[in-house]
Amino acid sequence: MSRSDQPQDASGVSRRGFLKGVGAGALAAGAVAPAAAALGAKAGPQAAAAGTVFGPAPVAVALNVNGKVRQLRLEPRVTLLDALRNHLDLTGAKKVCDRATCGACTVLLDGKAVYACTVLAVEANGRAIETVEGLAETHGGAAPIQKCFVANDAQQCGFCTPGFVMACESFKRANPGATREQALDGLGGNLCRCGTYHGVAQAVVDALAGKGGN
Amino acid sequence: MNAFEYARPATVEEAIGLLSAKDGEVAPLAGGTDLLSLMKDFVVEPKRLVSLMGIAPLQAITVGKDGLRIGATVTLDALLQSGALNQWAAKWPALWHATAGIRSLQLRAMGTVGGELLQRPRCWYFRRGHGLLAQEADGSSMVEKGDHRYHAVFGNAGPAKFVHASSLAPALIACGATAEIASPKGNRTVQVEELYRTPATAGERETALAADELLVAVTLPRPRPRSATYEVRPRQGLDWPLAAAAVAFELDGGGKCVAARVALGHVAPTPWSVPEAAALVGKAIDAAAIAGLAAAVAKSATPLKGNAYKVELAQVALRRACAAALKGA
Repeated sequence: MSRSDQPQDASGVSRRGFLKGVGAGALAAGAVAPAAAALGAKAGPQAAAAGTVFGPAPVAVALNVNGKVRQLRLEPRVTLLDALRNHLDLTGAKKVCDRATCGACTVLLDGKAVYACTVLAVEANGRAIETVEGLAETHGGAAPIQKCFVANDAQQCGFCTPGFVMACESFKRANPGATREQALDGLGGNLCRCGTYHGVAQAVVDALAGKGGN
Repeated sequence: MNAFEYARPATVEEAIGLLSAKDGEVAPLAGGTDLLSLMKDFVVEPKRLVSLMGIAPLQAITVGKDGLRIGATVTLDALLQSGALNQWAAKWPALWHATAGIRSLQLRAMGTVGGELLQRPRCWYFRRGHGLLAQEADGSSMVEKGDHRYHAVFGNAGPAKFVHASSLAPALIACGATAEIASPKGNRTVQVEELYRTPATAGERETALAADELLVAVTLPRPRPRSATYEVRPRQGLDWPLAAAAVAFELDGGGKCVAARVALGHVAPTPWSVPEAAALVGKAIDAAAIAGLAAAVAKSATPLKGNAYKVELAQVALRRACAAALKGA
């Protein structure tokens, strides 16, 4: 897997940089070109006629992340989450359950909250992707929803927090006049094992009320 | 997850051409919320995925003389938004309740109507790779011997003990919805309940669709006067219900029942149509009639050693769905 599209980190050795180095070695070792899949004879000619079959080798994917289009070559099996974390160094979205259940990987796709662990990167080709990093960039610092999280102590270990923030942000944009009850409904797709739900719910209620700014 | 080929056709015909008649070789991809998890666990290992998300007609919701037609890749979120705009929530509340019951913004934005209807069972033996029937080498059932708190309490006399996981199917069945299937041999329309079957031998599918067929749309016929879905769920956030009931009644001017359809969810290897509902026809649906129906349903249940509580929950769901439907909720 080529990482030549990555800007080189000129700083000293950081924890993230060290982990990246280890990861790159592992990736290189695993980057054996897969043999063409042996599909039935029936599928072959029809597939060629349709002209739309890609992979399993890497294919060109353009990911529009936080307003910037990034050109990558990815195997069709690479998820959006792995593309963001392993290829674009956007590690805000977290890999936890990796099974479309916990919400720690939540990003916005065309403005809607999705589980990035369960979207194929090729399916996100050309669509608008927004990550928690972009949220901070847009607001030149903490976004209102993030300020409300801080004010309500809405995190404990913090690992689920970026996913909650993105889910809350998506809910807030789609439901500006929502009640507390509706806000709770909107948080059903995220899990926090520390049990910070009360603080998160209050953070959304506060953000809906305009606290934390606009 | 194994490597695979990926195709993104623009038409249903192209998509059908890219599928394979051999089960498990090619999988259609819609929202992916179920399929990709199964692939990560190597429960299914397709060599090719055919994305249906580039096929525009499958994403359409149309109101015609036949009723409300919902394309197979309409997302749950799009369905709910369309309800807000078109007031269909008031016409088919059973479907509205079932859709809104999927309490995850993310699953609603990703998940599609077709994917919801054809999702694989949540059975933990199946998800651990023991197959739909979860049989030991000697043919005995892991489910019967093991933890089966969430397994079937109806339709479980054969080797299949899992429950079908669809929440929308009972509502669609109660409302008399039909399903359109595209196939290499041409298209056909069936009742939604005919999409499902209970596998009797290992390797059989739990759906009537062949491996090279696609569900393309469901159509709700003219609105029933009264319908509702009630789900009993273990928590406020996202989870599959423990038991659900969807009911639809037509009443005459005097309040007597002209037609009644009831389907239970999450209690049998298929969405479970309740034939006892026919006994309501000709009667006023009062508390006694509802209690009688619930008792008749409980009588036909065949719970396993550790899941009789689900029969109670199914009765609760049924009584509450009836009450909600009659209230015109």
